[in-house]
Amino acid sequence: MFPIHRRTFVRDSARLAVVGGLIGKCSTSFARPYPLEETIAWTNAKIVTASTPIIDKGVLIVRGSSIIDVGAVGQVAIPSNAKVVDASDRWIMPGLVCTHSHVGGVGAADGSSPIQPGVRILDSINVREPGFKRALAGGLTTLNIMPGSGHLISGQTVYCKLRYAGHGPSTIEDILIRDSNGKAIGGLKMANGTNSQGDAPFPGTRGKSAFLVREQYIKAREYNAKVIAAKDNPDKMPPRDLHLETLVEAMQRKRIVHHHTHRHDDIVTVIRLAQEFGFHVVLHHVSEGWKVAKEIAASKFPCSIIVLDSPGGKLEAKDMAFKNGRLLDEAGVRVAFHTDDWITDSRLFARSAALAVRAGMNRDKALQGLTLAGAEMLGLEDRIGSLAPGKDADFVLLNGDPLSVYTRVLETWVEGKKAFDLSNPDDRLYAEGGAGAGSELDPFLCCYAQAWQVGGAK
Amino acid sequence: MNRKNILRNVTLAGLALLSFAQGRADDVVVVKAKKIITVSGKPIENGAIVCKGGKIVSVGDVASLSIPPGAIVKEAIVVTPGLIDVRTCVGLSGIINVDHDSDQLESSSPLQPELRATDAYNATEELVEYIRSFGVTTIHTGHAPGELMSGQTIVAKTIGNSVEESLLVDGRAVCATLAEASKKSGKQSPGTRGKQMAMLRTLMLEAVEYRKKTSKATDNTKTTDSKEAVSKDTGDLPPRNLRLETLVEVLDGKKALLITADRAQDIASALRFAAEFGISIWLDSAAEAHTMIPQIQASKVTVLLHPSMARASGEKANLSFETASLLRKSGIPFAIQGGFEPYVPKARVVLFEAAVAAAHGLSREDAIESITLSPAKILGIADRVGSIEVGKDADLALYDGDPFEYTTHCVGVIVNGKVYNGESSK
Repeated sequence: MFPIHRRTFVRDSARLAVVGGLIGKCSTSFARPYPLEETIAWTNAKIVTASTPIIDKGVLIVRGSSIIDVGAVGQVAIPSNAKVVDASDRWIMPGLVCTHSHVGGVGAADGSSPIQPGVRILDSINVREPGFKRALAGGLTTLNIMPGSGHLISGQTVYCKLRYAGHGPSTIEDILIRDSNGKAIGGLKMANGTNSQGDAPFPGTRGKSAFLVREQYIKAREYNAKVIAAKDNPDKMPPRDLHLETLVEAMQRKRIVHHHTHRHDDIVTVIRLAQEFGFHVVLHHVSEGWKVAKEIAASKFPCSIIVLDSPGGKLEAKDMAFKNGRLLDEAGVRVAFHTDDWITDSRLFARSAALAVRAGMNRDKALQGLTLAGAEMLGLEDRIGSLAPGKDADFVLLNGDPLSVYTRVLETWVEGKKAFDLSNPDDRLYAEGGAGAGSELDPFLCCYAQAWQVGGAK
Repeated sequence: MNRKNILRNVTLAGLALLSFAQGRADDVVVVKAKKIITVSGKPIENGAIVCKGGKIVSVGDVASLSIPPGAIVKEAIVVTPGLIDVRTCVGLSGIINVDHDSDQLESSSPLQPELRATDAYNATEELVEYIRSFGVTTIHTGHAPGELMSGQTIVAKTIGNSVEESLLVDGRAVCATLAEASKKSGKQSPGTRGKQMAMLRTLMLEAVEYRKKTSKATDNTKTTDSKEAVSKDTGDLPPRNLRLETLVEVLDGKKALLITADRAQDIASALRFAAEFGISIWLDSAAEAHTMIPQIQASKVTVLLHPSMARASGEKANLSFETASLLRKSGIPFAIQGGFEPYVPKARVVLFEAAVAAAHGLSREDAIESITLSPAKILGIADRVGSIEVGKDADLALYDGDPFEYTTHCVGVIVNGKVYNGESSK
């Protein structure tokens, strides 16, 4: 439908168009100041801010990569230099946050041991995997990319921003979310129940699973005691242990634990372990969460749930139901949704929230479950998840109610840049599928292929 | 009509029903709806359907129909014909996904067309009830993709305590799978695409020979069914061969050959095979059908299209949400399937799959047809099911809004004139 050569053509045109901008990036000799940050105001849109009631006729103002204001038409001052875009008949909502995704052809821990917290998923992500473009087509802007559930501890997760605007990322470094020290932020993936059981050295029972995890956290405690006792004296420091130092980060709440768990008793086991070792945990999938909603609420740990079209596939997911979101929310549990992509398709992420609403979940809470609640579960709520001044300009333009099957994501903006546009045939290919949609994304041949055209950059 | 009241009434009725069907076959059931999507004709606004003896006895304007006293009356916003899943494995493949409820694939040999779905179908499998609760009343179910020729299928209603009670058509099709899914590793065959086709052709040629022998021995009478040939000179008859008997039925057009093929080159192989043996096939899944429209048109095959939400990976990496719409525009007969899932969701619901197609270019009317009348025609059961017409089975799906909207509910299901619960959200 959109053959490869056409995509290449479009991309080549884009390359030529941005060549001037590239010089600044690729060469010091031609360095020039970036243009002044553009201010754009979207007006007359129905706006889901996710933190305040829905605005029927609103304005969203973005400068550079940040939101500078949002509110009802007439109540927000539009800067005189702003480019004004009439968004009548459009909905705008925060960029969707997926707390649990596997896009990027990822693999962290291997089969050698059930506990491998030192393994980082960021060392395994292929940013050219087309799943990233499909995620943008679904309005996703932030992903928690996770290792699988086949281990008790399968490694470190990484939080990514889908910075695919323009030529897109070349490496994983281009899409990481970093803290103020420039360090990539992510969590720790754990799992219990049947997925992480197996032949030795993997556990064969639930009791053994919990034992193995406790044993490691106790070791990590002892390791940390040595680190503290060394008082920064390098001669007294224990040898670095990548596994144990990761568990220490979790116990110090510098790293959130994202825990796969289905059955009601497994869920309660996770809470028990989290309380014993003091780590903060997000309960993932939680198929039987509705059976222990009160206990989860009492723990104050949030739930990131999966919504599937039918229950089963394995015994521990047999009682999964659309009502899970409603019952957890009504019990006072914070609820987000996730795609578990490729288990469900990121392009249809909003559908998960809609099916929860079908079973009676509060609409506003369901919309938060796609946005703000997920941001909270990644510890990123100060930066993303809602439309509010100062937050990253991550948002989605839709042609209708996000919870309707007929609604389409028209544009996805990441940090003030348009990263998906349904009217662009290149992007549309990923939204609809078709010949070439499954191929790896083309690399952007920046400096070495084009340097000669601009007089030799180096 | 007050939507809230309808919902409450239907919910109360649902509670009273528990999980049992309400009424007996001779009861009169009347369904009133704001909109009846008949599929075969125009939609009827403010209509009613009267069902008696398991059949639809009248359809029309609610004001013009007389409702018999004592009738069970159900109300809905929208009524459609009971939905039909044109290709699933539910009933052979069960909810827990362990050995005891997984009978959809036998891997002891790559070629076993003789395996009957009748002998494997569990009518009381939970997933059958689950998909029924969203409006699915008829399924074409059976052996899964995954072996070169995995076995047969049946057409069944989503009710009954045994296959006999559910069965509409026994041995409807034989399933074959091309490419990666049925490839073997090591020294086992088939290990390549070329070998797959060679094995299929060899077996089919054996069936051609077998048919010659059996038809000679039965004195060229009208039937080729060797079971009826016992009175003839059995000395000439080859020993009964269940495998070849099954394929003779395919050659004779008594059973369809369903070939699962996703990549364009595998679709081409399926079409080539059909032409060689002069048989009509059902192209199953067909993720790259959108690149093969002229060839599919020319071969006049029918497409049992993969679920809209099938995963875009592996041989389906290039699938498109728009394929259903493209097939419709190209005049290729097709229906949208729930398909087979080896993991989760263990059963897909065709209602949801057609909904996504309706959001990607297929009209809502065509999308409903793709899970009602269109599969009924493909399966050869359109005289019984697939549309809301007098004389057809009283199979209906009741909704409290646009059936495709995510937030609409299936509020009741009628199969053979009996009322069953819609989806649960308790």
